[in-house]
Amino acid sequence: MSEVSLEQESVTSIDFIRVKKKQRILNFIKGIMFLMPSILLFSVFLFYPMIRTIYLSFFLTDNGGVPTVFVGFDNFSSIFASPIFQKSIVSTFLFVLYTVPGAIIISLFLAVIANEKLKGIGIYRTIFSSTMGISVAAASVFWMFLFHPTMGWLNQLIGTIGLEPIGWLTDPNWALFSVSLSTIWMNIGFTFLILLGGLQSIDSYLYESADIDGAGYFYKLRRITLPMLSPTLFFVITVTFINAFQTFGQVDMLTRGGPQNETNLIVYSIYQEAFMNYQFGTASAQAIILFLIILVLTFIQFKLGERKVHYQ
Amino acid sequence: MKQVELINLSKSYEKQTEVLNEINLSIDEGEFFVLVGPSGSGKSTLLRMIAGLEDITSGVLKINEKVVNHLPPKDRDLSMVFQNYALYPHLSVEQNILFGLHAKKVAKKEQQKRLHETADMMGLGSLLKRKPKQLSGGQRQRVALARSVVSECPLCLMDEPLSNLDAKLRAHMRMEIRRLQKRLGLTMVYVTHDQVEAMTMGDRIMVLNEGKIQQVGDPITLYNEPANLFVASFIGSPKMNMGQAKIEDHHLVIENELKIPLDLTELLKITKNKGLTVGMRAEHIFRGEAEETTHLLEVVNVEQLGNETLLTFEIGKELWTAKWLGQWQVSVGNKVPVNISMKNMSFFDSETGELIKAASTPTNQEVVAI
Repeated sequence: MSEVSLEQESVTSIDFIRVKKKQRILNFIKGIMFLMPSILLFSVFLFYPMIRTIYLSFFLTDNGGVPTVFVGFDNFSSIFASPIFQKSIVSTFLFVLYTVPGAIIISLFLAVIANEKLKGIGIYRTIFSSTMGISVAAASVFWMFLFHPTMGWLNQLIGTIGLEPIGWLTDPNWALFSVSLSTIWMNIGFTFLILLGGLQSIDSYLYESADIDGAGYFYKLRRITLPMLSPTLFFVITVTFINAFQTFGQVDMLTRGGPQNETNLIVYSIYQEAFMNYQFGTASAQAIILFLIILVLTFIQFKLGERKVHYQ
Repeated sequence: MKQVELINLSKSYEKQTEVLNEINLSIDEGEFFVLVGPSGSGKSTLLRMIAGLEDITSGVLKINEKVVNHLPPKDRDLSMVFQNYALYPHLSVEQNILFGLHAKKVAKKEQQKRLHETADMMGLGSLLKRKPKQLSGGQRQRVALARSVVSECPLCLMDEPLSNLDAKLRAHMRMEIRRLQKRLGLTMVYVTHDQVEAMTMGDRIMVLNEGKIQQVGDPITLYNEPANLFVASFIGSPKMNMGQAKIEDHHLVIENELKIPLDLTELLKITKNKGLTVGMRAEHIFRGEAEETTHLLEVVNVEQLGNETLLTFEIGKELWTAKWLGQWQVSVGNKVPVNISMKNMSFFDSETGELIKAASTPTNQEVVAI
């Protein structure tokens, strides 16, 4: 009697395991099927190019980009010895230093004032975020006119105050500043929009409670708005930071890396190395350096951010 | 002394939709005043107008005998507890409690003194370093209360503070808030949609519906003498049994079904014989003892509450509930003897909804003063 029941039990338990195993395999296949489009796309456009870049950075290539001679780390040592690349790294860091805080502070200010409930505020919100809809090329052409040495409004404006005209894009002392200025202008739309969204998601009860407690405008800004906005701020800083390192369009349009390589940012330098000088090996090495710089800095940012950022 | 006075206070949006209509009210110092009404009745709007968070469309608002229509919230000398507590999630309990004192630049020593007094009173001493996220619902509620207490404002406004708590905790917090208010002598204006909270906590209750005052009075008056059908159905649980009634050949006929012999002493006060609505509290449908039985009614539902039994009957289209003390083993479908008499009924005008005559019930006599 007991044997019979035991047998039956073991039979059913084996069945359970088998069915569960089958289900698990089926689930795994289903999951892979859902991931397949992304895996395929990423493989073709991301993973393969990345591996290829690492591979190429150890070779000398011919004009067509076909690897010819294996040189190990020679590409890396040669670019670090090159004063042009060193200059380009310095320029890039300066550029990031100008544009990231500039764009964030200006758009934070705009977002805070555009968050007030006033009549017609929608018009201002549209204006402040409108640069998001303008392509880098169009914006660059527009700024080119502004920067024009004789006809440009900026120089005309300076002329009316009685100052010497400035070679915005031709003077080595001014070129990087000018490119940064136009970049800040282009970035404001995006950062403004994200920050405004962040501001609007802050619970209005918090402000009402603070009103009753007798908190002033700046006290509320410092004790409520900024801490509650910190996750959004962190996101915006990270994104503009990475974008700044990858700037290409406006450099190509406004200065082509000149004058005296002052605005030769890394991505532009990679482009020149690869498609002007046909040095795909050294270009790949530069690309990897850029990748590592962004990776390390973003990692540090996250480590620092974790402590300061308040997530709800 | 009148702490808060509302004179012809109105609120409308876009000059069209009237949210509140000519509210006249005064709240005395040290009073626990409850604003109760269904959602959308304008009770929260009224509270926010007192707080200064909403504009006053017309009328006068006085706090401490001074007109405050034009003053911002911080100059009205009041504190407020919000429904979702409005705790600052990035600040610790201590910082949350001290937020207002810090903003008003109260001296550090005074801040610490008040913080510890309040924390001890509210039982928050061991939680001061925690963030709101790490607290339970009841603890968050206490922090919100502490924030209001620490400000030492004489007037405290509360906007449905207990609605996010579970039933057990709510009953406990009801008592705690009530005790706190009495101990500190606060004037409290308390908004709720829950009539149980209103009945159990308020010194006086104002029932609000669609922006109009329905009745103001102490809880027992509202229960025994509801001014109209709305108050009658809103106050009390289970809700008052209602039915259309008319007088036909020496009988009161309810819902064309229930016939009750006329009681002449009661009848004198009723001037109409058509368009009447009768209301009867569940505890007034007694079990019919041998000769007192007036009707035999079929039970359609039974709810055992342990100490009481709720029986539901079908009277025409209406469902009437009787509340009997004790445990009664009755099954659905049984016919039970009941005693329904006119003296326990309230009469309302069906068209206007106004009370014609309140029940001249034993409840009035049962009120015991100690």
